[in-house]
Amino acid sequence: MNMIANPLEHLVVIGNGMAGMRTVEELLKRDGAAKYRITVFGAEPHVNYNRIMLSSVLAGDKTIDDIVINTHEWYAENGINLITGDAVTDINRSIRTVTSASGLTVQYDKLLIATGSKPLAPPIPGLGMPGVCAFRDIADVDKMLDAARTQKRAVVIGGGLLGLEAAWGLKQRGMSVALVHLMPTLMERQLDAPAAQLLQRDLDRRGIAFFTEGQTEEITGTTHAEGVQLADGRFIPADLVVLAIGIRPNIDLAKACGLEVNRGIVVTDDMRTSDPDIFSVGECVEHRGSVFGLVAPIWDQAKVCAARMAGDINALFAAQALSTMLKITGVDVFSAGALTAADEADDEITLRDDNRGMYKKIVIRDGKLVGSVLYGDVSDGQWYLQLMRDKTDVSELRDRLVFGRAFAEAGSAVSTGPDFAAMADDTQICGCNGISKGTICCAIKDKDLTTLSEVRAHTKASASCGQCTGLVEGLLAFTTGVTTEKKIPAICDCTTAGHDEVRAAILAQSLKTMDAIRETFGWKKPDGCHKCRPALNYYLLCAWPGEYVDDSRSRFVNERVHANIQKDGTYSVIPRMWGGMTTPAELHAIASVAEKFQIPSVKVTGGQRIDLLGVKKEDLPAVWADLNAAGMVSGHAYAKGLRTVKTCVGSEWCRFGTQDSTGLGIKLEKMCWGSWTPHKVKFAVSGCPRNCAEATIKDMGIVCVEAGYDILVGGNGGIDVRVTDPLTRVATEDEVMEYAGAFMQVYREEAHYLERTAPWIDRVGIDYVKKRLVDDAEGRAALNARFLYSQSFAQSDPWAERANGTDAHEFARMPELV
Amino acid sequence: MDTHIWKNIGPLSEIPVRGARRLCFGHEGKPIAVFRTGADTFFALIDECPHKAGPLSEGIIAGNTVTCPLHNWVIELDSGNVAAPDEGNARSLPVRVEGGELFVGLPVRELA
Ligand code: SRM
Ligand SMILES: Cc1cc2nc3c(=O)[nH]c(=O)nc-3n(C[C@H](O)[C@H](O)[C@H](O)COP(=O)(O)OP(=O)(O)OC[C@H]3O[C@@H](n4cnc5c(N)ncnc54)[C@H](O)[C@@H]3O)c2cc1C
Ligand code: SF4
Ligand code: FES
Repeated sequence: MNMIANPLEHLVVIGNGMAGMRTVEELLKRDGAAKYRITVFGAEPHVNYNRIMLSSVLAGDKTIDDIVINTHEWYAENGINLITGDAVTDINRSIRTVTSASGLTVQYDKLLIATGSKPLAPPIPGLGMPGVCAFRDIADVDKMLDAARTQKRAVVIGGGLLGLEAAWGLKQRGMSVALVHLMPTLMERQLDAPAAQLLQRDLDRRGIAFFTEGQTEEITGTTHAEGVQLADGRFIPADLVVLAIGIRPNIDLAKACGLEVNRGIVVTDDMRTSDPDIFSVGECVEHRGSVFGLVAPIWDQAKVCAARMAGDINALFAAQALSTMLKITGVDVFSAGALTAADEADDEITLRDDNRGMYKKIVIRDGKLVGSVLYGDVSDGQWYLQLMRDKTDVSELRDRLVFGRAFAEAGSAVSTGPDFAAMADDTQICGCNGISKGTICCAIKDKDLTTLSEVRAHTKASASCGQCTGLVEGLLAFTTGVTTEKKIPAICDCTTAGHDEVRAAILAQSLKTMDAIRETFGWKKPDGCHKCRPALNYYLLCAWPGEYVDDSRSRFVNERVHANIQKDGTYSVIPRMWGGMTTPAELHAIASVAEKFQIPSVKVTGGQRIDLLGVKKEDLPAVWADLNAAGMVSGHAYAKGLRTVKTCVGSEWCRFGTQDSTGLGIKLEKMCWGSWTPHKVKFAVSGCPRNCAEATIKDMGIVCVEAGYDILVGGNGGIDVRVTDPLTRVATEDEVMEYAGAFMQVYREEAHYLERTAPWIDRVGIDYVKKRLVDDAEGRAALNARFLYSQSFAQSDPWAERANGTDAHEFARMPELV
Repeated sequence: MDTHIWKNIGPLSEIPVRGARRLCFGHEGKPIAVFRTGADTFFALIDECPHKAGPLSEGIIAGNTVTCPLHNWVIELDSGNVAAPDEGNARSLPVRVEGGELFVGLPVRELA
């Protein structure tokens, strides 16, 4: 029995999700801790996380850790009693208690229901089978990732926002993906038909198969999902079926305890339910007949609800016009308000460029903007949204409006770019993270932020999909009063100087040390930081071969100790296998090393060589000595330098081979190994256009043909797959070698540190590279000569050096002297 | 009253400028690292990043900070505090230099 009455009221929150916890955060900001002690029940076994970003976790752009909003420590520090993995099963309003599945009963003074929504399921057989899931929470994503690891074919049912993001994520994870949608066009509630068609075309090109007007009749299978049967007879085989056809407010608890419910839990403008002591926010509520499925209005609800709980009797919630964006890298979609004219009085204006994949539509009613659909170029989306929210009279701008803000306002006195002064504080800037202008400005002022990266770190604005980066920069300039014209990005926060500027000065002013560079440009920190030091070290090394002495202290650990650090602090070791060729003797040596040093994993890499994983740091020099003894050298699998040269068997064995692709690959590798480059570089040589060595996604790929060699550059596997651009065709191996050396050197001399050839060529254009390498034979020869000169200093095996005692302190621990 | 056991770990020259090394012995089951900055100041920390126990001794040292090699958290060498926006603390241990040799102090619990 509690002998001392607790003076604080007890607030109990049901639902540890985005809405509930945002309300608690808002309450704490208003010193709610002085009024309430807080208990939170969450059905999921996690702290609260950014549900929106599950799409990015699925696509591999983020990890679960990245999307945690509040850690256990946060709950503890704020005195919040968090009960996870325990759903509330009953609310007793007469004695004001809630009871959970585990049997826990607590009394409340105020109750907040934030139970979100439940995924809808179609009324068809086969739903309960393994291999079928929704896309709502971490558990679902875990299931999908599991399937992606072990299985091949996924079918997503539902072509709305969620379904498309699920399909894209699974595609990114390597599954073959089909998407079934009931309607003729995708995202029909947010997009009109032309925009939806562009979207479908783009996603189709990225390899998602669409089954529109497809009504699912059954998920087939006996013990596990095997496929999806459509009503029109089509059948799609599947190992994984994801249901994303919509959501339904989760009102079960509210209904059972007699609160007024309709589609959702009915709330008034003050976010109270029909019981004045019970509030509700989020996707579970219905406000003036509307239910919600995006976070922007939910953040507003959380604010109002917290204000009311804190005693502010004026706070009222009003739903605002909303916009939708799709979080698929490289697919830009924006939609807000009406999709089409409602009748003849409405004005509908469209602008369309199919070749560029660009489409814009605006809908005007009574001189006001009431809708906008953008595809391809969405930069004006937030401006349109603001015009809609403010109900601005746009009659004057009518003829120019569809061309975007810059054009529409040119000629009038208004400056181009968003008008930050006039922008309301609650204008949402970052849709992904639900960050408003007010939040960003406060953070900039309170914490004296001066750079984009600081604003990102503190507010998360523009940290996710990045579409609002320009706006955030604008706000930063507006708030700090420092007008930043569209500036070239600085190397890091230590300086305002950009990469090109610094590289030019190194040569023009003969700057030969990092200190000299930092002094010339007035670096803020004398030592620099972990971002600029490796960059400057590389630039100097590239500019002054044979002269500049590499600074190991400015290298990331992998390049300093010549092995890849693993998550447990051990290292991996990958010896070179020239062109993917090996010998029994090398394999023997690798096997004995693995046994002698009890190396836990031996793996064939994606780069045609062998990885020894889990080597203890102290063992590295001895491991290398043994590998050296068998003639093997570092594979630089850790380096911003030449990694692998993949080859196929080519004319030596293959019945289709046209040239000696293996031999050429080995020559290229022998020429280029050991070089330092802005980012890693990978080559491949295929013996014919069947391209078994995957040359078309390498930094430089050679495809042999009867007439000679096609040289391709700028390819990239990895996150944003980019196919190579053809550079030229040559007749002899010698020419290939010269092009390779010249290409390496122009990339080494001109790309920014950490810029791979793919983004570099995207930036400067393939025509520029052709101009330097193909059109200018003299320039090409000179570049190649500079490359070979710098290689004369670079080609010594770092492993042999260290096995012989270089940097011994790196590998031994310090003893205690007695 | 000194409440530390001081361990001699040898001459200063054993640690490279802007470098760090892990010690053969630990403290309360955790590894220890000693750091030397560009300005020739020495520090010691428990060699585990407050984030996910990354080995701080492998990080890049700039000014009085070290950047963890695993996910780039920046740790202040003097206090062990993690620089904003991340939060946390890597316990720091006292060091002292005597006759060109470096000593690390391990706190002793007082037995009451
Ligand atoms: C070992 C290996 C995986 C395997 O078991 O097969 C591997 C392992 C790693 N890759 Fe890879 N990649 C490996 C082949 C590839 C390939 C395939 C290829 O080379 O043909 C690709 C796609 C091709 C490409 O690069 O364009 C690849 C694309 C990446 C990327 C994405 C690069 C991009 O530009 O998008 C990263 C991330 C990065 O570099 O920032 C990465 C990063 C990594 C890192 C270094 C992650 C890290 O920082 O710790 C992994 C190091 C593991 C280790 O300690 O050994 N790895 N990685 C492969 C080593 C090949 C080798 O023999 O050297
Ligand atoms: C993959 C995905 C992508 C999305 N992308 C976007 C986007 O780009 N933009 C956007 O604006 N919105 C997006 N959304 C929608 C957004 O995530 C939701 O609008 C938001 O999470 C709703 O918040 P909520 O608190 O109402 O519900 P939730 O975040 O779902 O929280 C409800 C919580 O209550 C718990 N709960 C339920 N019943 C009980 C009970 N009886 N006892 C205890 N706990 C209970 C649930 O387990 C859940 O954790 C996306 C959603 C998903 C799933
Ligand atoms: S690319 Fe394929 S088909 Fe052509 S030579 Fe190589 S292995 Fe043979
Ligand atoms: S372990 Fe140090 S930053 Fe993650």
